[in-house]
Amino acid sequence: MTRQMTGAKMVVQALKDQGVDTVFGYPGGAVLPIYDEIFQQNGIKHILVRHEQGAVHAAEGYARSTGKPGVCLVTSGPGATNAVTGLTDALLDSIPIVVLTGQVPTFMIGSDAFQEADTVGITRPCTKHNWLVKDTDKLSAKIHEAFHVATSGRPGPVLIDIPKDVQFASGTYTPPAKTPTGHYQPQVKGDMETITELVEAIEKAERPVFYTGGGVINSGPGASQLLRELVDATGFPITSTLMGLGAYPASGKGWLGMLGMHGLYEANLAMHGCDLMINVGARFDDRITGRIDAFSPKSRKAHIDIDPSSINKVIRVDMPIIGDVGHVLEDILKVWKARGRKVNSEGLSKWWTQIEKWKKVDCLKFKQEGPTIRPQYALSRLEELTKSHDRYICTEVGQHQMWAAQYLGFEDPNRWMTSGGLGTMGYGTPASIGVQIAHPESLVINVAGEASWLMNMQEMGTAVQYRLPVKQFILNNERLGMVRQWQELLHGERYSHSWSEALPDFVKLAEAFGAKGIYCDNPADLDDAIMEMINYDGPVIFDCVVEKHENCFPMIPSGEPHNKMLLGEASTKDAIGKSGAVLV
Amino acid sequence: MSPLHIKKGSTKHSAYNLRPTFSDHEETHTIAVLVDNEAGVLARVIGLFSGRGYNIESLTVAEVDHQGHLSRITIVTRGTPQVIEQIKAQLGRIVPVHEVHDLTVEGSSVERELALLKVAGNGDKRVEALRLADIFRAHVVDSTLESFVFQITGTPDKIDAFADLMRPLGLVEVARTGVAALSRGA
Ligand SMILES: Cc1cc2nc3c(=O)[nH]c(=O)nc-3n(C[C@H](O)[C@H](O)[C@H](O)COP(=O)(O)OP(=O)(O)OC[C@H]3O[C@@H](n4cnc5c(N)ncnc54)[C@H](O)[C@@H]3O)c2cc1C
Ligand SMILES: Cc1ncc(C[n+]2csc(CCOP(=O)(O)OP(=O)(O)O)c2C)c(N)n1
Repeated sequence: MTRQMTGAKMVVQALKDQGVDTVFGYPGGAVLPIYDEIFQQNGIKHILVRHEQGAVHAAEGYARSTGKPGVCLVTSGPGATNAVTGLTDALLDSIPIVVLTGQVPTFMIGSDAFQEADTVGITRPCTKHNWLVKDTDKLSAKIHEAFHVATSGRPGPVLIDIPKDVQFASGTYTPPAKTPTGHYQPQVKGDMETITELVEAIEKAERPVFYTGGGVINSGPGASQLLRELVDATGFPITSTLMGLGAYPASGKGWLGMLGMHGLYEANLAMHGCDLMINVGARFDDRITGRIDAFSPKSRKAHIDIDPSSINKVIRVDMPIIGDVGHVLEDILKVWKARGRKVNSEGLSKWWTQIEKWKKVDCLKFKQEGPTIRPQYALSRLEELTKSHDRYICTEVGQHQMWAAQYLGFEDPNRWMTSGGLGTMGYGTPASIGVQIAHPESLVINVAGEASWLMNMQEMGTAVQYRLPVKQFILNNERLGMVRQWQELLHGERYSHSWSEALPDFVKLAEAFGAKGIYCDNPADLDDAIMEMINYDGPVIFDCVVEKHENCFPMIPSGEPHNKMLLGEASTKDAIGKSGAVLV
Repeated sequence: MSPLHIKKGSTKHSAYNLRPTFSDHEETHTIAVLVDNEAGVLARVIGLFSGRGYNIESLTVAEVDHQGHLSRITIVTRGTPQVIEQIKAQLGRIVPVHEVHDLTVEGSSVERELALLKVAGNGDKRVEALRLADIFRAHVVDSTLESFVFQITGTPDKIDAFADLMRPLGLVEVARTGVAALSRGA
């Protein structure tokens, strides 16, 4: 079935055929024909954001919480350049999104036309792939290909730049099924020989640990299911990166908590002391490895990853398995079961005894005393009062993000939206909007720092316009807390520009947007205030005033190995050496 | 207080030494990449090298299959074995890339480069330039009373050697194509 239609109509038709229900966008001259088509149909809902960066983060939140690609539509020039931070964020966190940009007409490209920017040039290094489509006949096929590329293999952001004359011109529409998706077909099945080698290692290991990451989430809920089965059947301990939280439930018996720079004591020491490390969809990020030459020195390492470039990029592994987490875990389980479900029980029980000792250190313990709310207390209460809800958590970037990862428990995948790789302040508010759009009935909370929150606060307008009851839970320490912490540890307590000066009155700000504002600075009132936030049917800005000079622990100082963790205030002076100081 | 008794002060080790377990020895590799001949594909490949800090010693590109719209990019690069592996994996991720071949490790291969060299001079130097050109099987493709343009093909080393010899004899300008390479055998 082929049909003649304009390029603009094709865009809408292709999105519908790709199953898209929501587009986050912002209009402008170069996309007016597409907006005109959007106006004349009902199948696709358009969410008008307040800034194109917000559109991309909202699409990321939508994508991460549904497993479906997020879609954005923005204009040429400034519309496209405003999307760049979001694209880079999605690239680093492997989030599938499709961004459509308008471009000046083909005959004006290169003439410094009004709102012309070399969009494919600018976004080449921050997309998985991008296209400038100059021919209306090819437009629909390119859009279908874009969805294929964004969602297959290691997911990522793609961009299609569509000149205005291509939108106006008529051409032949090609529906998705008949579109050849080209040679781009990443390998999903793992090598059986290496899988068998890993199973043998699983059978013998005395001190194994699963180190899981965002790749499990990327692989879909089935992969999380298989992971749970494998972890529980083997009785191995499991830790996860920031990006993988929820793949294995926080209440599960193998759970050690998050690992890495601000990870849990038991998780990091298990990584340091293990004899078999099974990396499932994680990428040995520098927040995890710390000092490379002292990283888990005694272990054999397996690495399951769909992207060959992730293998041996940072850490040399012994058993590389290129493939999709779900497919590979299925094969591992099959082989392991067929060989009689063996594990080294004696070794394992000793290993768990050791781990239990580490757990007793209770590295997240804190005391709430005095009149000031400690951020850890605020998050513990938030956890307690919301964990039974159908809940999604977003965060901004900073200390609050790490505390959220430490003190909130995630029972399911796709419930945790955070900017890990790029660490983009301003991610959380728009992301929470994207999540709420996808899950209108759920409780969506953005755990924020006041500085990050101000970066994309204009999106409160979007929340109010579309009646999205997102809860902005701001841990207000009147500081760029994470920066302040580093200045304390690294720069002789010289707090250069890490103050949040001239902060707005958040309650009045909420009211100005037409949302509800809640203020709380008293530990005794906190529970009631949180309940008020949960029970309010509409968007809320919660100004939770917390201790100003709290530091986030545990912390592995930059350039140190896992077993050199700082657990609390006393040990922090000069803990980061000169060589560590150059690192971020 | 940390139960681990953190030592104060700096550590002696380089902090994020990314490659301690790999060989530090740098190698030169010739990599052939088959790509869709579409707009921007060369920029993607070059951007990958500059963005990730890899070296390009030589790069050639031309369409080799007009019907299939495929181009062949030949890149000569230098790096430690780990970097070379990363380069190949990173090239493989680029969507319009069909195949990546490391000709340096995949059996033996032939490499050729073409160069044009302008040598100006007269008298003995001119005679000597011609004599050496003959030894190197370089052809004269242009001449005036004061100059020659030599065309030479061969391995990059051979061209380097020829250019070195021409320098004292009045070498004015060199244009090189970069390396084209194919694996040997069927
Ligand atoms: C202030 C701050 C502090 C941080 N501190 C920490 C910390 O203490 N601990 C921590 O863990 N992180 C921390 N991070 C996050 C960190 O920067 C990285 O984003 C994170 O560790 C990377 O997670 P990941 O390894 O799971 O990889 P991801 O970025 O999620 O990458 C996923 C990997 O899985 C692969 N993959 C994708 N899909 C599939 C599939 N279907 N099958 C197989 N493989 C697949 C990909 O190729 C990739 O290699 C911090 C971030 C910030 C901003
Ligand atoms: C866009 C952007 N700019 C700068 C930074 C560097 N940075 C990381 S955390 C941080 C402070 C965040 O402060 P706040 O949002 O108040 O959170 P807190 O750490 O106090 O919880 C800064 C400036 C960043 N991550 N992103």
